[in-house]
Amino acid sequence: MEPDKLIEAIKAKFPDEVVGEGSHVGQYWAVIKRDKVAEICRFLKEDPDTKMDYLIDITAVDYQPRTPRFEVVYIMHSMKHVHRVRLKVLLSEDDPVVPSVTGVWRTADWLERETYDLMGIKFDGHPDLCRILLPDDWEGHPLRKDYPIEGPEWKFVPLP
Amino acid sequence: MGLIEGRFEDNFITTKADWLINSARACSIWPMTFGLACCAIEMIHAYGAPQMDFDRFGVIPRATPRQSDLMIVAGTLTKKMAPVLRKVYDQMPEPRWVIAMGSCACTGNIYNTYSVVQGVDQIVPVDVFVPGCPPRPESLFYATIKLQEKIIAGRYIRKPLPVGEASL
Repeated sequence: MEPDKLIEAIKAKFPDEVVGEGSHVGQYWAVIKRDKVAEICRFLKEDPDTKMDYLIDITAVDYQPRTPRFEVVYIMHSMKHVHRVRLKVLLSEDDPVVPSVTGVWRTADWLERETYDLMGIKFDGHPDLCRILLPDDWEGHPLRKDYPIEGPEWKFVPLP
Repeated sequence: MGLIEGRFEDNFITTKADWLINSARACSIWPMTFGLACCAIEMIHAYGAPQMDFDRFGVIPRATPRQSDLMIVAGTLTKKMAPVLRKVYDQMPEPRWVIAMGSCACTGNIYNTYSVVQGVDQIVPVDVFVPGCPPRPESLFYATIKLQEKIIAGRYIRKPLPVGEASL
């Protein structure tokens, strides 16, 4: 299926959820509302015409000082049809929570943990939302624009 | 052979104990390979490649800190890894030495970021710094030779020199 047809398919199935769309050099995306992310992902995965069986990445972008500040991006691919599409969810700074899609793709587990670790996006319904890259006692989320690039003052603590 | 065989009577040799001990230590530096990043590949290349052949210096890589005299920190040390580095260093028997291999281990290099330690000398005492990104194997050899010179110049049995006087 052509990528623009994929956007049309999402809009046909969830007309109230898609709030925007766009493309750049042939890469199409749809901006969707937050609440039905998991349903839309499940539709894209299980519908025989889309069959998005491979979640490439979940990531987030910090557009400070824009409101809404954050954007969570889902990139998915179909091994069968060899097409891919992106979903974007806009999140405000006060409430950076989005439903988890771990029930749709198992690989979303670590991807969502990484996004939480570095950007501070919370994934509602994730089985174990803890840090994956940074130490467990780390404070803050380093890829946010307001995080100091050299980090806070660091003190070496030896292992017990 | 044949040059020295059968040429000497029963005999003894006089030498300085420090010189003997230091020579033995300097000529059998067994490093613990703390490979952290791309410098580790260059270090392995220096150990193993037939053109390089680190063994001729008496340098035989060991896989455990318990058997080693030298730790070669090769690569970018992150803050998450820093406690592990210190723990491994503490497990090495004395006397022990450290070579910081590569710009990342020396200073953090371009990674002046939240996650990278700006030089391993914040964690362990470093004897020789090797700059380069990554250093050539010759640089690592040069660092090893410098470390051998340092070891041979050390005073273990004799009293330490008064402050301000040069060593051997």
